[in-house]
Amino acid sequence: MNADTFNDVQLMRTSIYTGGSSPAKMIQAGFYNEDCIVYDLEDSVSKLDKDAARFLVYCAIKYQRPANKYVIVRVNGLYSDEFEEDLQAIVRAKPDAIRIPKVEYASEVRSVDQRITQIEMEAGAPIGKIQLWCNIESYMGVINAREIAKASPRISAMALGAEDFTASMMAKRTKPGWEIFYARNVVLMACREAGISAQDAVYSDINDLEGLKADLEMTKALGFDGKTCVHPNQIDIVNACFTPSKKEIIKAERVCNALAKAAEEHTGVCVLDGDMVDKPMELRAKIILAKARAAGVVEKSIQVTGPQKKDKDEL
Amino acid sequence: MKNAIGRELPDKIGDYIVMPYKGPYEAQMYQRSVASNRRMGHLLANEQKLLPDIKTAILESGLEDGMTISFHHCFREGDRLIGQVLNAIRELGIRHLKFAPSAVVNIKNPSIVQFIHDGTIDRIEASGIRGELGDAILKGALDKPVILRPHGARPRVIESGELNIDVAFIGASQADDYGNCTGLVGPNACGALGYSFIDAFNAKRVVVITDNLVPYPCVPVSISQQYVDFVVKVDTIGDTEKISAGAARLTNNPRDLYIAERCAEVIASSRRFKEGYSFQTGAGAISIAVTKYLHQKTQERNIYASFALGGITGTIIDMYDAGLLKAVECSQSFDSIAAKAIMERPGVLEIDNSNYSNPYTKGGFLNREDFGVLGALEVDTDFNVNVLTGSTGHMMGGLGGGPDVAAGAQLSIVTIPIIRGRTPSIVKKVRTVCEPGETIAAVVTEAGIALNPRHRNYAEISEDAERAGLNLVSIEHLQKIAERLTGIPKHIPTAERIACIVEYRDGSVLDLIYCLKP
Repeated sequence: MNADTFNDVQLMRTSIYTGGSSPAKMIQAGFYNEDCIVYDLEDSVSKLDKDAARFLVYCAIKYQRPANKYVIVRVNGLYSDEFEEDLQAIVRAKPDAIRIPKVEYASEVRSVDQRITQIEMEAGAPIGKIQLWCNIESYMGVINAREIAKASPRISAMALGAEDFTASMMAKRTKPGWEIFYARNVVLMACREAGISAQDAVYSDINDLEGLKADLEMTKALGFDGKTCVHPNQIDIVNACFTPSKKEIIKAERVCNALAKAAEEHTGVCVLDGDMVDKPMELRAKIILAKARAAGVVEKSIQVTGPQKKDKDEL
Repeated sequence: MKNAIGRELPDKIGDYIVMPYKGPYEAQMYQRSVASNRRMGHLLANEQKLLPDIKTAILESGLEDGMTISFHHCFREGDRLIGQVLNAIRELGIRHLKFAPSAVVNIKNPSIVQFIHDGTIDRIEASGIRGELGDAILKGALDKPVILRPHGARPRVIESGELNIDVAFIGASQADDYGNCTGLVGPNACGALGYSFIDAFNAKRVVVITDNLVPYPCVPVSISQQYVDFVVKVDTIGDTEKISAGAARLTNNPRDLYIAERCAEVIASSRRFKEGYSFQTGAGAISIAVTKYLHQKTQERNIYASFALGGITGTIIDMYDAGLLKAVECSQSFDSIAAKAIMERPGVLEIDNSNYSNPYTKGGFLNREDFGVLGALEVDTDFNVNVLTGSTGHMMGGLGGGPDVAAGAQLSIVTIPIIRGRTPSIVKKVRTVCEPGETIAAVVTEAGIALNPRHRNYAEISEDAERAGLNLVSIEHLQKIAERLTGIPKHIPTAERIACIVEYRDGSVLDLIYCLKP
């Protein structure tokens, strides 16, 4: 991802799962501050409710689509009994994206892409408009993450599913999360290579908001673009993590101002607070400002003051 | 005739003369002496007040057919007193009484409905009726309509002589044999007795009933001996579990938390949110969460509040303990933490309901309140609020202090989800107007915040809210979203008979509730 393309990218800081068999929760989810809403047909829907949920989600998108949200549907697994019917209905509902669980091979993505294209053609819908989010939820998915991320032009994001991944690894899921550290990095790098959004694993203890904040420190430091939420109470905390802070915005503006001044004065080297402003700094500053603009937090009146103190661990 | 809200009203309902609502601050002040039914006494040193049982107390009080009796509602759903007293009255053959409790009472065992059917009670004046009693009234159980009044209006009608209480039965969780009593301590402590002061001061006869008789003098004292005629000891006055089981719990409902946080943002955006601000949040799930967020925002702003008012919960006591609140003016304790706090903290005070909510005194706390947070069943596009009748047409709640807080607070905020279950909460016209729209400054929902252009502080509030970048929308916008999600519910057919008269603070009529068609 580069700063220029980021300007037009839809914010994907938060996506909230909402069970496809609960109309009340589906309606309510549209009013929270999440960037993306994920109507779920998979794990949160019992086997007996699969048909009803599919119809409800179809109707919800068709007739009650929440305004200003990126709408996603998580369909049932590729090899499930419901997958084909899910695609038939959901492609016709035209969400922004379909989220495919437990992707392990690039060939799976290609076959889904083809199937969606066929349904789009049958339904007379625009071809290729529906995007794909791929959930990487096993060691095999992690091993093949680079190929998966590049398997289809429809893919706009890839996410790590930590619970299933750790189960496949025979690892224990812990709050510090070192058991998913490698997988996080693999998924993230695959996303960066493919130029798609990198979505972090959910934090499943919905009553531990302090634990979520601690988990987000690693998520943000690694460079993820967003995180899936399993409870609405997590949304504002995750949004706050992925929204540039006032300090970050001020620093980014100072970097851009310093570069502009250097360009005006035709000096080859730009220095700010004793540090050389190099290309990575410029890129980071532009991305921060683009994210801040998208989140609506750039204030015109921000006072650009003198040198700032660095955070304790900041280089 | 039509009142200022546009509700069609008859001139008279039986012998009740209808005074149409004209506006929240329109009624003339009462330039006359306070009317009290209280009798002077002359008790000699050797005379006693303690009587063996309730029946004896009823006989001694002189209660007769057609008189008016009162109770407080501080035992809430756990009340075990009203049933005992009404049973004793029935056994004595006294009939045709006016039942005038301080608020909604919904006792089940025995049900009040039984006492209506057998003629013990034939008139009711309260702040709300619900449950079995509400259902019976809507089926036409009483010949005369029930008069529903907000908390602030009840002391007014008592002091104006419109409601003459003959015998006030005051349940107390601790009392001595001379009538000094309190709700603050004892095995069935209910907390502040704020709603009983006016009854004690003005009823012709006052009977204190307790299940915890202590040696003289009772300490502490909420209502003192000089107002009390008789004392009775009974086995139980209430079910502690239902009175106040621990602290009112903070909701985990994400929608309620979301609305509460937005409400706290509205408050924090106000220029009035500064050192010494005052507030009232109430006891609903959203209200308790608002208090939690206010706690955080008060701390972040490094300010303190001067007072919190009305019905008090443990979350407000937490603010006091954190040094964020100078005084807690408590007319009712909503949980046992709040009840206990009055005993243990010098700044947590038990106050008379009249001092809190009655607009016709020489000045009460509401006149000094900045922020009032209210719940509601429905709000309409004129900002009128319904807190009485639910989506099925049945009685769901009481007026409580809602109309008083709405009119009194400088910034009155209704917190409400835009839909509940399958019905919309933001509608074109509410079923029953309980709080006039012009007294509501803001409606906070999960779908946005609507400010009321007709509110007296609109210019200030809108400027502050816009500056803070809050998600402001029109009330019509909210109504349309709700309607799009639920459709328009069918009209609930009503009969011609009037079941309840909804009075405003000044005694004018806001609305009428009709019996439901069978």
